[in-house]
Amino acid sequence: MSVLRFWIEHRQELATLFAQHVFLVAVSTTIAVLIGVPLGIFASRRPRLAAPFVAIANIAQTVPSLAMFGFLLPVPLIGGVGARAALAVLILYGLLPIVRSTIVGITGIDRSIKEAGVGMGMTPRELLRQIELPLALPSIVAGIRVAAVVGVGSATIAAAIGAGGLGQYIYRGLSMVDSSVILAGAIPAALLALGVDGGLLWLERRLSPRRGRKSRRAAEAVALSLIGLLLAGSAVLSARASSSIVVGSKNFTEQLILGEIVAQTIERETGLKVERRLNLGGTLICDRALLSGDIDVYVEYTGTALTAIFHQQPSNDPRAVTEKVRELYAGTGRTLLAPLGYDNTFAILVRGADARARGLRTIDDAAKVTPEWKAGFGYEFLERPDGYKGLAKTYGLTFRAPPQVMDLTLSYRALASGQVDLIAGDATAGLIKALDLFQLADNRRYFPPYDAVPVAHASTLLRYPQVRRALERLAGRITAADMREMNNAADTRRENPADIARSFLDRRQ
Amino acid sequence: MSGIEFRGVCFGRNGRPRILDDFSLAVGAGEVVALVGASGAGKTTVLKLVNRLLLPGAGDVRVQDKDTREWDPIRLRRSVGYVIQEIGLFPHLTVADNIAVVPRLERWSDDRVTARVRELLALMDLDPDTYANRWPDELSGGQRQRVGVARALAIDPPVLLLDEPFGALDPVTRRQLQSEFRRIQARLRKSVLLVTHDMGEAMMLGDRVGVMDDGRLIWCGPPRAIAECDDPRVRRFVDAATPPMPTGTESA
Repeated sequence: MSVLRFWIEHRQELATLFAQHVFLVAVSTTIAVLIGVPLGIFASRRPRLAAPFVAIANIAQTVPSLAMFGFLLPVPLIGGVGARAALAVLILYGLLPIVRSTIVGITGIDRSIKEAGVGMGMTPRELLRQIELPLALPSIVAGIRVAAVVGVGSATIAAAIGAGGLGQYIYRGLSMVDSSVILAGAIPAALLALGVDGGLLWLERRLSPRRGRKSRRAAEAVALSLIGLLLAGSAVLSARASSSIVVGSKNFTEQLILGEIVAQTIERETGLKVERRLNLGGTLICDRALLSGDIDVYVEYTGTALTAIFHQQPSNDPRAVTEKVRELYAGTGRTLLAPLGYDNTFAILVRGADARARGLRTIDDAAKVTPEWKAGFGYEFLERPDGYKGLAKTYGLTFRAPPQVMDLTLSYRALASGQVDLIAGDATAGLIKALDLFQLADNRRYFPPYDAVPVAHASTLLRYPQVRRALERLAGRITAADMREMNNAADTRRENPADIARSFLDRRQ
Repeated sequence: MSGIEFRGVCFGRNGRPRILDDFSLAVGAGEVVALVGASGAGKTTVLKLVNRLLLPGAGDVRVQDKDTREWDPIRLRRSVGYVIQEIGLFPHLTVADNIAVVPRLERWSDDRVTARVRELLALMDLDPDTYANRWPDELSGGQRQRVGVARALAIDPPVLLLDEPFGALDPVTRRQLQSEFRRIQARLRKSVLLVTHDMGEAMMLGDRVGVMDDGRLIWCGPPRAIAECDDPRVRRFVDAATPPMPTGTESA
């Protein structure tokens, strides 16, 4: 029911995301067919090539799509974030089943049939068009079906690199720990997959040799015009204004809200069109996107920039860190704007009940009991130079088992439900209060300051000086309490990040 | 004028240098030559040299007095009807469309194609109204064989190659098709090179019979004469032949 209500409330957004999704799948599958079928024909002509081709295709198919997006991030031209990169990955994925099924379809034709064709005096082209392709067609269409259905699934992950699509609801739902939002994206994606599968199955049957020429022609015509319609329609729907500011964000609640605050501030103050590419899959993806100009601005945290992006030693002096980061950004064509006013440090969290029962106040206190505990950390915290390793060393922390890797957002729930006993969350997380968690004091001052600051592409600020003026107005305007309250509104009251940002900005006017 | 002529042809491949060794044979216009030999004797290779699916290593193969090396392979193959052992009907085309493949490649008009298909089906003793729109897998083995021959005859090529054409059929159907072949050949008078491992079939169908052994033509002559041959390699085939066999040459 709540899913239905969500759809009705967001019907316009739903339509856009659905169109983006269809667009991604239709374009990538079409291009994959245009490349894959000739490639498969080529490979089937060279038996020595065909076997390794099929093997490579099989292996590549097993690379998880998120990893594939990761591999392609640094690749020039096709990499980066946004629809282009997503299309590249989806095409790659689609290519493999199509090439494979083309090879299998053509090489699987009975040798005597080909020999009869050649012996009758067919040229290679006539043989291909009249014998091989028609006989391989059911296999090829089956491959296209696989490609398209896999494409519908993979395209949900494309939201992680800002390509839009129904995956946005899934990611939003995950970061809000709201299953109805997840379902709001997952259900239409599943229906789309079923629809695509059914449609192509129909086509496959219609194209089978048993149907008369006329029926096949008709099916081809229907298929072609449908693809054309899809491409045109979804292109129009998912098209975006060319001269707009692109705002990015990472993929957790606070970042979604900050992304909205930045986006709405620019909209209100400058009247420029703003495009949102929120929910990008992590710090490095945002950084790369900013560097390549795929996004114009996002909110970063100074300590994160210092250590994770620029690989510098952590430092404890907030002012020095901000200046250092400003300098490092300036050297790479980016501008650090004014800090928003709060420090979102890592919060080492335990259950409130444990803290009270054992009288834990600081991380030092907890270090005495952690050998009987289990810990769960996000991927980033495990990897970052200012993350788990240094923390363990500074406080001499040991655990019963190696820390469990889990999604940052889910780790709060895991802690509250007792699956783990200690996590590293965000100091501003709304769930701390909602789930009765306790933040241990960083008494040895291990964590560097994490002042939230918008970072923008320098050339964007040159072109639109009004953007800089607009964002300077946010300087020092958001306190830690504000942020915690807003996070809480999203995480426990299930309010929409855009609405939360709007009411915050309304109050500040 | 001869239909097909082999002059001292040698053919080999990496593994087997002598699949054919100094092979000479002429098939005159309107003549049927039946080659007999054990499997591996090089019979199919002989056929493939005629329509240039293979080129000779030494010697010449001439079709209609022109070396196959000088022929455009596509033109050559359309001038030579070829029925392979497995027939190789195209499973995605109806009987009529199978027969019409080459005429359509030759850009015949639709009317002419339709008329020709009906004519050939009738010639093969298949009712056009019943069979034209059937699919190959709806046919019996004998019917498929007839369609294969009809397809090979579609644009009336002067030369016909038959590779074990009746090999996969039951004895009754086989005998029936053999006599039909003689009836049809009496009308069409093609130059026919036919390959079989069955001496009975060779003697019934061939104006001349050639016996192959290990890449060589060891005997060649009219069927009647073979009884007098005392080469044990030839006798082996004669003795194994399916009796009774007519030694007829009435079609010659």
